[in-house]
Amino acid sequence: MLQDLDRLGPELILMVAAGFILLAGIVLPGDSFRGRTRTGWAALSGIAASIIWAVVLALRDRQGPFFGGAMSLDNLSVFFIFLFLGVAALVVIASMEYAPRFGRNEGEFYCFLLLATSGAMLLAGSRDLIAIFVALELTSISQYVMAGLLRTDRAGEAGLKYLLLGAVATAVILYGMALLYGLSGTTKLVAPGGEPSILGTIASADPGIRSGLLVAIVLLAAGFGFKMATVPFQMWAPDVYQGAATPVAAFLSVASKSAGFAVVLRIFYEGMGDAWVNEDWSILFGVLAAVSMTVGNAAALVQTNVKRLLGYSSIAQAGNMMVGLAAIAASDETSLGAAGVAFFLATYVFTNLGAFFAVQAISDRIGSDEIADYAGMARRAPWQAAVLAFCLVSLTGLPPAAGFVAKVYIFNAAAHSDLMWLVIIGVLNSVLSAFYYLRLAGVMYTAEPATEEPVPIAVTTGAAMTIAAAGVLVVGIIPFPLIEAAQRAANILV
Amino acid sequence: MTLAVAAVLFGLYDRGSAEVFQFVERFTWIDAGTAGFDVQYLLGVDGISVILVLLTALLFVVATLVSWNIESRPREYFAWLLLLETGVMGVFSSLDLILFFLFWEVELVPMFLLISIWGSGRKQYSAMKFVLYTIAGSALMLAGILALGFSADPRSFDMIALRGADISSDLLPLSAIFLLLFAGFAVKLPMFPFHTWLPDAHTDAPTAVSVILAGVLLKMGGYGIIRIPVSLLPDTAKDFAPWIAAVAAVNIVYGALVTLRQSDLKRLIAYSSVSHMGYVLLGVAAIGGGAAQVGLAGASLQMFTHGLITGLLFVMVGLVYDRTHTRDIAQMRGLAHHMPFIASGMVIASLASLGLPAMAGFWAELLVFLGAAQEFPAPTILAVIGILLSAGYLLWMVQRVFFGAADERWRGLPDATAWWEQAAVASLVAVILAVGIYPSRLVDVINVGIVPMLTLLGGS
Repeated sequence: MLQDLDRLGPELILMVAAGFILLAGIVLPGDSFRGRTRTGWAALSGIAASIIWAVVLALRDRQGPFFGGAMSLDNLSVFFIFLFLGVAALVVIASMEYAPRFGRNEGEFYCFLLLATSGAMLLAGSRDLIAIFVALELTSISQYVMAGLLRTDRAGEAGLKYLLLGAVATAVILYGMALLYGLSGTTKLVAPGGEPSILGTIASADPGIRSGLLVAIVLLAAGFGFKMATVPFQMWAPDVYQGAATPVAAFLSVASKSAGFAVVLRIFYEGMGDAWVNEDWSILFGVLAAVSMTVGNAAALVQTNVKRLLGYSSIAQAGNMMVGLAAIAASDETSLGAAGVAFFLATYVFTNLGAFFAVQAISDRIGSDEIADYAGMARRAPWQAAVLAFCLVSLTGLPPAAGFVAKVYIFNAAAHSDLMWLVIIGVLNSVLSAFYYLRLAGVMYTAEPATEEPVPIAVTTGAAMTIAAAGVLVVGIIPFPLIEAAQRAANILV
Repeated sequence: MTLAVAAVLFGLYDRGSAEVFQFVERFTWIDAGTAGFDVQYLLGVDGISVILVLLTALLFVVATLVSWNIESRPREYFAWLLLLETGVMGVFSSLDLILFFLFWEVELVPMFLLISIWGSGRKQYSAMKFVLYTIAGSALMLAGILALGFSADPRSFDMIALRGADISSDLLPLSAIFLLLFAGFAVKLPMFPFHTWLPDAHTDAPTAVSVILAGVLLKMGGYGIIRIPVSLLPDTAKDFAPWIAAVAAVNIVYGALVTLRQSDLKRLIAYSSVSHMGYVLLGVAAIGGGAAQVGLAGASLQMFTHGLITGLLFVMVGLVYDRTHTRDIAQMRGLAHHMPFIASGMVIASLASLGLPAMAGFWAELLVFLGAAQEFPAPTILAVIGILLSAGYLLWMVQRVFFGAADERWRGLPDATAWWEQAAVASLVAVILAVGIYPSRLVDVINVGIVPMLTLLGGS
């Protein structure tokens, strides 16, 4: 048991760092630790240590199941571990300017950010329903707290809404898990050598369990649909993004979604990947994808607030990613759809972070996130506007940004799986999305600003958004390394 | 500052066109390495694309020349113009479907910004309309490309490998794939009834962008039709030929009739483009008949010549507008008294546009008619009527704007005297005359590209 503890190193380091930050804020006198950027640097050091450990793990080839098969360090979890660590690092950098606004809660912000990250990383590595649930709670509860951390009415409302809806989703997930357990008699998704497992039960193809399995699938898809913010469980996203502090919204918009997709890949793709049940859940995800894209885009069209616009856009983007889930089942090369999800997710994460950081850099200075107040921002804040516009171009799916490759790649997977109807709905949706993404870009570049006063930017925020946007550009031009990583991550079954 | 930046960029252009001339010498397929998920970075030109690459290089030099006096944000302006050129060049030389789509989309953002920042009038509206129409078309095109790639045996996005490959109709019926692909190009061409973005975009775009839009971007539509749906799904394309011919006739006549009613100089020329691009469609429709080679050659040549001629027309309109600050035809009169150089340029462009022999346009239209007449007599007759109409609106416009008594209001307006203005006009006029007098140099090159397609079409 203990000799496997090193495989949990990245997560444990984050937890230790979180505890240290929390305690240091309380124990150390006065403001000697709080304030300025010291807490931020402490959090960043923790993340850096975690990244180093993860690299060492990857290099030393410590891959394989551990803790009796409850956890697994494989290509899928490694992919997501690096993704989450990257997200956390960028969010910490971007928060250094903002975090003092949390006042006495500054330490708590970083603490919960690290805990939420480590929970998401654990989630990606869990192969047992109980481990999945514990990891899910760790990341979810930290996120509820973060959403309500800012002491404003809006943030309080956002936090409460997120908590209540999230609790319902958790209950639904738990019910689905209970059904799975009841049907199979085990909580393990997969197990070596003929031990009882959920995959094994399904593969033994007892048609009698099919109806029960369908109920479990629907419940789990609903519960995780909440985490991924897909229709019809999307209602929280725009409110929370608008109400929560901007760095928190940036984190939630990518971390919650990525964690949701990671666990869906684990449970559905790995644990229920057998052919006859595949078809059931892939059509479910196909329909959810089509509805999410359409509803998200249609609602985003009429938004006048930048953060709400990004909220609805994230719903539509989740729909795009679900196209990949739907493509898993019907494809003869099952890894293509899953690789599509992983790749799309990675590009979306950095694009959305770049966009949110740029919004933070602009909105928190001008004190408004109405689209109308972004008029002529290219003149007042050329760098922020350029990053935001580029990320919007990427979200639209235009070259040379990474979003283009992701869009082609995931629709490619769908066409590969004979899902032409989904491809056509998807591409038509990209027309809708172009309207509101480019309208925002257009407002910044062509409208006359109300004042010529330049908008200053903090070095840290500028660095975070620039790194994110540079990543989007590099992946857009040289996508192969990331595509290969996504394909390796998706090949855990083969 | 403007001058310095523009001069640097102009240097880049020159190198670009030098390369292009090398392409003319080779006109073979060029394989530039492979990479990625079934998508190759595969560039190359054949007879049809090489003349369009040449056209692109020429018109971008002209566009740079007429942008010489851009005052506002010149560095950004020329950067976007260059990115636009990258996209267009890429479209004309991609031989991989996904790469083709990539370049097709590259062109959107620069156009959006060029129109919405440096345009005039309702520029935001026009820019957005342009982008949405194009994205709608290209979205369907992406679906078509994916369907085509996965229906082919073996699966591929390589346009060379796909030529003559077996395309199964399991995924989608072939006619559906054809229509998906055709839709993207029809919007760009633009084909009636998807043309309404064009007059708006033209009217509100700056002069150089109008030149590029009419001269090069519309050709992407025509080129795409020939390169992808017609080359890769030849049998389906033949089935659709009568429909294409019918729409072509509507394009020509409807475009011409609407042109007659325009009071805005730029809108007039924009609508005349709609009409003239109908000839390209008519030439493509000739694949349904025995004279496919002639028709396709005509369509290709029409794209080249229309690019030159309409480019010249927009340059002239831009020069007029720079001086008079109005595009309302009713307000202009007797401008030839004040600006003889511009007036002669406009007369030459108009004559070329209406297909006067010895000018470039004549040969293209003649070939189109020869190609289509046998199979589709009725649309061809309508198209000939379209020529008469175009003579009407062009000459009428020239007469109203340039001739008649001199107007006191316009006294003292300078003629085109700057070297860059004269160079832009002179280079276009020279090429128009050269092609008009000696078209076979071009037609021979085009035929190198067309002949292999004819074998795919089976027969003739």
